Amino acid sequence: MNTEETFDVKPIGRLFAVLSYFTKINLAGLMKNFSRKKAYDKGIKGILFLCASLSILTTIGIISVLIFETVEFFKEVHILDFLFDSQWTPLFYEKHFGIMSLLCGTILVTLIAMLVAIPLGILSAVYLNEYAGERFRSIAKPVLEILAGIPTVVYGYFALFFVTPLLQKVVPGLSGFNALSPGIVMGIMILPMISSLSEDAMRAVPKSLREGAYAMGATKMQVAFRVVIPAATSGIVSSFILGMSRAIGETMIVTIASGQMPRLTFDPRVPIETITAYIVQVSLGDTPVGTIEYNTIFAAGMTLFIFTFTLSIFSHWLKKRFREEYS
Amino acid sequence: MSKGVLSKNKRNSKVFKILSLTAVFIGFIALGIMLVDIFIDGAGRISWDFLSNFPSRRPGRAGILSALVGTLWMMSLTAAFSFPLGLGAGIYLEEYARKNWFTKLVEINISNLAGVPSIIYGLLGLGIFVRVCGFERSLLSGALTLTLLILPIIITTTRESLKAVPKSLREASYALGATQWQTVYSQILPVAMPGILTGTILALSRAIGETAPLIAIGALTYIAFLPHGVFDPFTVLPIQVFNWISRPQHGFAINAAAAIIILLLITLMMNSVAIYLRRKFQRRVKW
Repeated sequence: MNTEETFDVKPIGRLFAVLSYFTKINLAGLMKNFSRKKAYDKGIKGILFLCASLSILTTIGIISVLIFETVEFFKEVHILDFLFDSQWTPLFYEKHFGIMSLLCGTILVTLIAMLVAIPLGILSAVYLNEYAGERFRSIAKPVLEILAGIPTVVYGYFALFFVTPLLQKVVPGLSGFNALSPGIVMGIMILPMISSLSEDAMRAVPKSLREGAYAMGATKMQVAFRVVIPAATSGIVSSFILGMSRAIGETMIVTIASGQMPRLTFDPRVPIETITAYIVQVSLGDTPVGTIEYNTIFAAGMTLFIFTFTLSIFSHWLKKRFREEYS
Repeated sequence: MSKGVLSKNKRNSKVFKILSLTAVFIGFIALGIMLVDIFIDGAGRISWDFLSNFPSRRPGRAGILSALVGTLWMMSLTAAFSFPLGLGAGIYLEEYARKNWFTKLVEINISNLAGVPSIIYGLLGLGIFVRVCGFERSLLSGALTLTLLILPIIITTTRESLKAVPKSLREASYALGATQWQTVYSQILPVAMPGILTGTILALSRAIGETAPLIAIGALTYIAFLPHGVFDPFTVLPIQVFNWISRPQHGFAINAAAAIIILLLITLMMNSVAIYLRRKFQRRVKW
């Protein structure tokens, strides 16, 4: 009953008093001190909690800033014009606000980047995981990490001054600003990300599966394609999605090398403009707060955010839904 | 017949090995070509004058002093903001948080934030720090924006480093009567610190390479003076590089390449310190 649940502290108090008497140490004081420490502990915990909550505030901040300015934008522009107008010319005298031409540029460059990064990323991951020795891996991984750590403005320089002139010798009619060159360079930029995440996924496939296949006389290539890649599919696909989301949000390479011509085209040889490049273009000028030009960058940013957010949620879901559990 | 199939399989596998090795090397080769190309373009331009001059309309006289100083300011401020905040959030999530809906929400939220494009953080900074807080286009606005940008990275590495500290250490500390904070502060943090520092340095090296969010908050591209306080306008190396790249004269392209070399040297230095810390830590401590 009740007596079992409540703990009688009196004997302990008596014990402390006796001990204090013999050891000449003020144990009661120590106990008091201990509880003060506990209060201090609680204070610290509160501060740490606030630090963690900051991340929630960041998200709330992003969403509310975007929504607030986007609402202002849609007071002036009809949503159907935004979605279906084929031109995007907010900075001209005759203004059109069709986001599709910016979106088209973004999708085109992302597609080119993925065409470069997916095959190279998968192949590198397979090599590092199935063929490479420990020494090769220990050199290759840091080099790939360096590739991932280079500022994007550097890739932009490379795309504009090296890759584009090189491609112009091969591709007829390639303009000085185009989607092809930044797309390829962006593919190289996201390659380390895709290869290292895919490799992690492949590494998580248990050894016994591989050994089983080898015991049946499979070659390394067969093991890679028929055992390891199928078993690691969810991780590999989610690495593609993360890479894609990175490519969609990438700014400097396209700002530098793809021009500032929003248009509805899938021709990779002509100048285009992406959502991100447009935001930079407006930010560089002196656009006063409250004008429609100022609001457009938030509407464009909102579109971008919705895309990357959806991809990120999708990647989580994919990982959870299709995770193969091995024990 | 089966022997024929086997040898064919083996040959395929070998061809495939070469193919995939090529894929690895394409990454390496691209990196090599890029570095060599930039070095050839810009190395000749680097001199003491280039480091100590302000930008100029004439490419031959332009330098990166204001950008270099701006980058150093930005790095220190961002470090000062992001390190304590990231550390605190990481400690809370790893050591204190109970497994409830709020913790789960924070965790999902942090991994989502890591995937938000950097230019969106720029718009956040523009809306909150520049407009609502009224910090204008200052170093402070820039540093706070970059802080929010790299916090998810720092929190994640802090948590990973704390997770690597064995449980026995915590239990021993509690057994001796230490409170939770005493345990964290004097037992766990010292062990986890090299890992946390490595992650923080890597995150900072990403921050100083960022261009887009700072352009979005309205950082200026032409600054011919040095900032004296956190409320002053600024420019940083990547913005200076971008500004020079977008000018038509060839001389500015060379300046851009030279500034890129300096930028890469700084990030390389930071990365080497981080890798050195990681190596040293991995070798010394064994549980």
